[in-house]
Amino acid sequence: MVQITSPAFKQNAARALADAGLQKALGKAKGAFLQRRAEAVARLPEFEQLRDIGRDIKNHTLANLDFYLETFAANVERAGGKVHWCSTAEDARAAVLEICRQAGARTVTKGKSMISEEIALNDHLEKNGVTPVETDLGEYIIQLRKEHPSHIIAPAFHLNREDWEADFRRMHTDLPADRVFNERRDILAEARTKLRERFIAADVGITGANFLIAETGSSVIVTNEGNGDLTQTLPRVHIALASIEKVVPTLEDATSLLRLLARSATGQDFSVYTTFSTGGRRPGDLDGPEEYHVVLIDNGRSNMIGSEFQEMLRCIRCAACMNHCPVYGATGGHAYGWVYPGPMGSVLTPALVGVDKAGLLPNASTFCGKCESVCPMKIPLPNMMRHWREREFERHLTPATVRSNLALWAWVAQRPGLYRFATKMAVGTLRLLAQGKGALRSMPFAGGWTQGRDLPVPEGGTFMDRYAKMQRGR
Amino acid sequence: MSKDAILGAIRRGLKRGPLPADQRAMLEGRLATHPRHLIPQRSRLPRPEQVTLFVKNVEKEFGTVARVASAAEVPGAVADYLAQQNLAPRFVLAPNDELAALPWAEKPLLEFEARRAQPTDTVSVQHGFAAIAETGTLMLPSDPQRPTTLNLLAETEIVVLRASRIVGAYEEAWDRLRAERTDPVTGGFMPRNVMLVTGPSRSADIEQTLELGAHGPRRLHIVLVDDDPAALPEA
Repeated sequence: MVQITSPAFKQNAARALADAGLQKALGKAKGAFLQRRAEAVARLPEFEQLRDIGRDIKNHTLANLDFYLETFAANVERAGGKVHWCSTAEDARAAVLEICRQAGARTVTKGKSMISEEIALNDHLEKNGVTPVETDLGEYIIQLRKEHPSHIIAPAFHLNREDWEADFRRMHTDLPADRVFNERRDILAEARTKLRERFIAADVGITGANFLIAETGSSVIVTNEGNGDLTQTLPRVHIALASIEKVVPTLEDATSLLRLLARSATGQDFSVYTTFSTGGRRPGDLDGPEEYHVVLIDNGRSNMIGSEFQEMLRCIRCAACMNHCPVYGATGGHAYGWVYPGPMGSVLTPALVGVDKAGLLPNASTFCGKCESVCPMKIPLPNMMRHWREREFERHLTPATVRSNLALWAWVAQRPGLYRFATKMAVGTLRLLAQGKGALRSMPFAGGWTQGRDLPVPEGGTFMDRYAKMQRGR
Repeated sequence: MSKDAILGAIRRGLKRGPLPADQRAMLEGRLATHPRHLIPQRSRLPRPEQVTLFVKNVEKEFGTVARVASAAEVPGAVADYLAQQNLAPRFVLAPNDELAALPWAEKPLLEFEARRAQPTDTVSVQHGFAAIAETGTLMLPSDPQRPTTLNLLAETEIVVLRASRIVGAYEEAWDRLRAERTDPVTGGFMPRNVMLVTGPSRSADIEQTLELGAHGPRRLHIVLVDDDPAALPEA
């Protein structure tokens, strides 16, 4: 498993806020995503209706998930492919390695896949003598740097152009050291040349899957670069990695979800390559893999069914939630400490690795609600983060000071007279401390809290005062 | 067995056993009828405007289109495009009956081989199965006559597309595939691979700034043959 640093979220976040390079990259990239999505949504008047349709398709599928998975598997096999059912990350790693061994594979090319990160596939392959080569441009540099993606659709979100140039010079030592990168396109051209050799040499190609289609037994990938297609077309064996909730019933269902995916993700009307793979090479075909395998992975998802987190399984991994999240925008993805960052990660990570390790993530939210309002699948992300906070509290994982303060608040809140008196005093004291200013930069006994935040000072009286005044005014 | 464990856990979560026969039959009915959902209005247009929308969307996504009046003009359009782009008049051609029947001999300077693409090919000429006006998207199903490598390996891909093959929405293109193709292995309609292609390859992984020509073609050019009298631009 990828090393989990989620328990150190606070330290990770502090480091991220102080990292000038990261802050520069975040500042540059963020606005572009928001603007492009807003424009794409504005170009499609039916977008809101499609969100309801998307939610309903996934709800229908999840309510009949056993049926659709069995149908999918039967149709893969009808097309000559093989499905490998894997309960755990370990099962999935073993299944992939076994296919690679059977194929006598020395190198495998890889399309972008978050489930591959989740099961830590690359480390496992390397340890067993198979060299994995990431071919998505962002994943490629992440692999050169021995890092993990900081964003689910833009893995190198945290890097600046200077980083790319320096890493390419460091790693591509067969090229002239004095070559010049005038434009971003020169960096891209160098990666294209380098990876071409790898595509041609690979014995096995591994991709993820954006969707699985029960009706036809197809796996679907969505890319802009074409790397996923080269990965699955040129080698003799194609392995598609997919978690169980990727299945949808029909091509029409997938089509409706595809109308939401690119618009929510990159703000494109449609991605450049949307590719449906069904079985291996047919008689007479001049190209394409001879073998087609689907490694179907549960790794904790079936436990979410029937729980208050079931709706998270509607997620289509567009990244709109993190693109719009003020916390992600400040810390970047690595601070979250595991594979999935941002609001979707704050809900999914505790479900997959345990709330004991990832309990801080659902707390790293201002509950501004932007994530839910842009989610194409209408997943109630803030509400589910609240459920995780409850679970954390129930399991006594919340820090003692928080628990005792919550207990004190609860005791006061159950005594209306005392509560009114206390809030009145608090409002008066805060206004006195602020000396006419709108916000407090530091607070006695709460220096830790105000270190990174300003406390707004109440403008009027307490809620009860204002409510009473309103009633009188009627 | 992992399969039983996974299905069992799902059923426990759903608080039921395997689906009863009547419910299975209902779901099988849904698969067989594969109902459409909402189709956006933007492509619900008269034929001429549908073709115009397709061209407009291809160009928005950095593709180019040359419209010709008949199939006989395709070799000339290919030769012109290669000359304009300063490319050698050499390409790999999809081994497709329709493309083989074109009057290539009238442009003797064009050199080509009909086969799958190789990494050394710089230009490919592919056969378009269908196209979707909604987003300017080509549908390219794999087939002995339409190898997938032609969509991927060359820096320049030219697709020959008949205007009668342009539909409004993706769903209509799926219907054409369902109606016209029989797979030799499954007896169904899905081939090994269906690519939906919208413009040339690109990446925004460096500072979220778009650059064309990542791993697939840097240029995507469509030679559109006006074979559909109902779809001609209105005078």
